[in-house]
Parts: sequence; C-alpha cells; structure tokens
Amino acid sequence: MTPGMPRWTPITAAISVGAFIGIPTVALLMRAVAVDPFATASRPDALGAAFWLSVTTSLVTLVIAIIVGTPAAFALARVPFPGRGLANALVDVPVILPPAVAGLALLLAFGRRGLAGSWLADAGITLAFSTTGVVLAQCFVSIPFYVRTVRAAFLRADRDLEAAAMIDGATGWGAFRHVTVPLARPALVAGGVLCWSRAMGEFGATLMFAGSLRGRTQTMPLAIYALLESDLDGAVLLGGTFVVVAVGILGVTAFVTGRQPRAE
Amino acid sequence: MLPTSPPEMATTRLQSRRAFIALFATPASLSACRGTNTASSAQTTPEPGSRVAAESNDVVMFAASSLTLVLDKMWQAFRTQPGNEGLAFTANYGSSSQLRTQLQEGAEADIFASADVAQMEQVAKAGLVDGNATVFARNRLVVIVPKGNPGKVTTLADLAKPGVKFVTTPPDVPIGAYARASLKKLASDPSNGNGYEAKVLANIVSEEANVRQVVVKVQLGEADAGICYATDVTAVPAGEVTTIDIPDSANVVAEYTIAILKSAKAPAAARRLISFINSPSGQSILVAAKFKPA
Repeated sequence: MTPGMPRWTPITAAISVGAFIGIPTVALLMRAVAVDPFATASRPDALGAAFWLSVTTSLVTLVIAIIVGTPAAFALARVPFPGRGLANALVDVPVILPPAVAGLALLLAFGRRGLAGSWLADAGITLAFSTTGVVLAQCFVSIPFYVRTVRAAFLRADRDLEAAAMIDGATGWGAFRHVTVPLARPALVAGGVLCWSRAMGEFGATLMFAGSLRGRTQTMPLAIYALLESDLDGAVLLGGTFVVVAVGILGVTAFVTGRQPRAE
Repeated sequence: MLPTSPPEMATTRLQSRRAFIALFATPASLSACRGTNTASSAQTTPEPGSRVAAESNDVVMFAASSLTLVLDKMWQAFRTQPGNEGLAFTANYGSSSQLRTQLQEGAEADIFASADVAQMEQVAKAGLVDGNATVFARNRLVVIVPKGNPGKVTTLADLAKPGVKFVTTPPDVPIGAYARASLKKLASDPSNGNGYEAKVLANIVSEEANVRQVVVKVQLGEADAGICYATDVTAVPAGEVTTIDIPDSANVVAEYTIAILKSAKAPAAARRLISFINSPSGQSILVAAKFKPA
C-alpha cells in the first residue's frame, strides 16, 4: 500500500503510461507484420543494407565506448587530474545537445573546412559522407551515455573492498579487474545497452554530418526517413524491425544482469 | 475563435518530427491539433441552408522547399492587400514527395505547392485536391560548386571525373528526378565522354532529403558539386558557390504546380492567395527570385 495515496491512483497512472507507450508500438508492429519484404524488387536490398550498416556501425561504436569509455569513466570518477571538473562537464554536453546541433558541430569541427577537418583534409582524410563519419557521429552522441552510467557506478563502488583486496596482495590493476569491474558490472551492461541503443537510433547528427547513401551512410533511421517518400510500407517494416531488435536487446540485458536495466 | 498554428505545421528543420507525423498521425488527430473548427471538414460549396464551418484565418501551405524564400516574399505582398490584413500564414516546407506522403497520411492544409507535376498528380489521385492544379512557375537546373572548387569541376564533363563528391536527392524527390533526367540528356553529348551518366551517378556521395540540403552541403564545401534549381543560388551569399550552366538542350524545366486541398479550412483566403500568385504582381515576385513565369 502506498502511503498517503489511494491504491488506484498509481495503478491508473501506470496503465496510462503503459498504454501511451504501448499503443504506438503495437500500431507500428501490426502494420509492419502485414508488409511483404519482397513486394518490390528493391525493397530487400534497401532494408538489408540499412539493417547491416546500423548493426555494424553501432557495434563498432559500442566497442570504442567500452575500450575508451571505461578507463575514461574511471579517471573521471576516481583519479584527480587538472581539468577533471571541466572534463566531467564536457561529457554531459552531447547528452543535452539536440542531435541536429551535434551534427552541425561535427560538420564545423570535422568537415572539410572545419576546425580540425581542414588538417585532416590536407592529410587526405575526409570523414563527411563516409561510414567512418557515421561512427564518429554515433560516438559523439552515444559514448557520453556510457561514460556517465559507468562513472556513476565507479563513484558508488565500495572502496573498502578494493582496499581489502590490495591489503591481501592484489595489485592496483588486479583490484580494478577483479573487484571494481565486477561490482560495476550491472552499470557496465546498462551503460553499454544505453550507448548501443542511442547509436542505433542516431539520426540528426548522422544525416547532417555523414549524409545519406545506401550501404555507406544510410543507417536504419535514415533509411526509414528516406523510404517515407518512396516506400511507406518499407519504412514501416524497418520501423517494426527496430522495435523487435530493441525488445530483444532489453530481454537479453534483463537476462544477463538478472534484473531490469537502469539508465543511471 | 482564435486559431493557433500547431507547432507541427510550423517551419521547422526538425524533419524527424515531420516524419513522425506522417507515420503516426491519423486524420482525426491532425485536425484536432490544427486548432481550427474540427466539427466538420471544410466545405467549399456548402448546401444551401446548411451550417458552414467558419473560415479559418490561418492559411496553411505545404510547399516545396525550393519555394521557401519566394513564398515568404509572396505572403508579405499578399498581406498588404485590402481584406488580407487579419490573415496568418503557416508554411510547411519540405521535399514535394515528403509533403505528398504527409498529405496522403492525413495531414491537413489549405494549399499544396509542388515542385513538379508528378507529386501533385498523386495527391489528386488520392482525392485530396479541390478543383484542378495549375502550373504557376517554372525553374531550370544549374550545377553548383563551392568556393575554392575543391573537386576542380569547371565543366559539365568534369562531374564524371573519378572522386568528385556529387550530392543530389533520391529520385523520388523532384530535384533528384530532374537531375537524373538532365544527366541522361548530357550523356548523349559525345563531348562528355563514354559512360557519362553512370560515372556521375557513381560519384554520388549522399542523397539529401531536399534541394536546400543539397545546396547547403555544397555551400559548406563538403561536397564538390550538386545540381539545384537556378533560383536556389539566389539564396546563397555571393561568392560561396559558383554556377555552371546546363544548356537548354540538356536542361529540364521544372513545372511548379499549385492546388487547393479538400481539407482546406481557409479555402476563400487560399483561393485569393493563389490568384495573387498568378496575377502580374505575384508573377513579378517569382521572376525577381529567378523563377520563370507560368
């Protein structure tokens, strides 16, 4: 029994929230299952290219997040260094920025005439309109979600356990590897899922920075947007695929961590 | 009644929101969010004695993105005419094919202005057009290259050079269809070399959502070249892009069509606006923006 509130109030609210999220999801799935993926000759190619590009680029982003983001999160949480306050604040910036603004910022930074992009261009490297550009946009938008989640876990971790491990002869790395990381494991998984799903769903920054070309830069969200004009059913099918993949990942996550994934 | 223009219909660059409308909106929800009389759909030829939906003060126009600047000017001129002072204008700019999809999915507006005949025909075939669509302006294509010309594109033949970063739109968007048609014509000119069309198409690095975004990618110098309407160049600050003319023999004349929609809530004002656009003063505004008159 919830104190100070009649029982039906939170239940009604929960049902309303569930219906609000459930109805559009069901509407999309109902229309998606009725779509024949092979109805037009070009549809399987278009959908397949977008699906695989999204899967591969978002997984690359996730791997980068884990390799770079985990030590970065540890440093931001636990290792004092000059400018740490600023670095902690900067990590939060892409989380607040609208993706379109992120795309514009990337263009002005890494575009051919951009702040850093003009040097890259001189070295023969152009990122705009490339698959690397897609990964760059995804990293910019989604890695902060991983770092924030993992940073919070490192801040909460029980340092007495780490100290105990080191008294028992563990090296600093050993304590990190066998105590700190296992303690933070649910947050690592939750942060990974959050990061990966943001990367999969990235739209504005990708469209702005990487453009849209099938098989090279046109990820699932961009393909859905493009298909709206030529093949609405194809867009619906791709949208339904998105829902199925998302639900599948949430299920796997819940199974792996043994509990509901949490954002923070 | 004070009609409020819904945020969804406003000129917004947040195109994902429009996609969202097109995907999920039902006619009922859109008419509700339009904020005008939702009790009945607009009746342009009311039965005698029947109750007529009040004419809205807000003219909602779905228009091809290449019309963005000229329609704002058009509206300013239209507003000054007697009887139009109290009217408001809400424009939803996008690629004509995107707007067509939104209309087919139940979005409501007073006027649809398409950059071609094909998208208008599809809207008419869906039974959404009130009366006939008319051609109100024409446009021609040009090739644009950015300041500094990083791709060293100085002739139309240069578009086929390997490695030139060429941007266009998907063929469903009018400019994308026109550009491809023009490239096909250019390919028949032997001075452009063998396999011209295929080579240029292989140079496409991005299919942007609409013609304005093609122009922006060239203007920023990210792309080496793009094909847009002659009128688009007038919107770019002088010197930021250079134009390469496409000869008449290979050019494609874009025909802009306009029509009142059956979902119109301000049909009388919409009719006045369309006659103004077709009037000598309206056509002179189009010509000043480098459009060709109808």
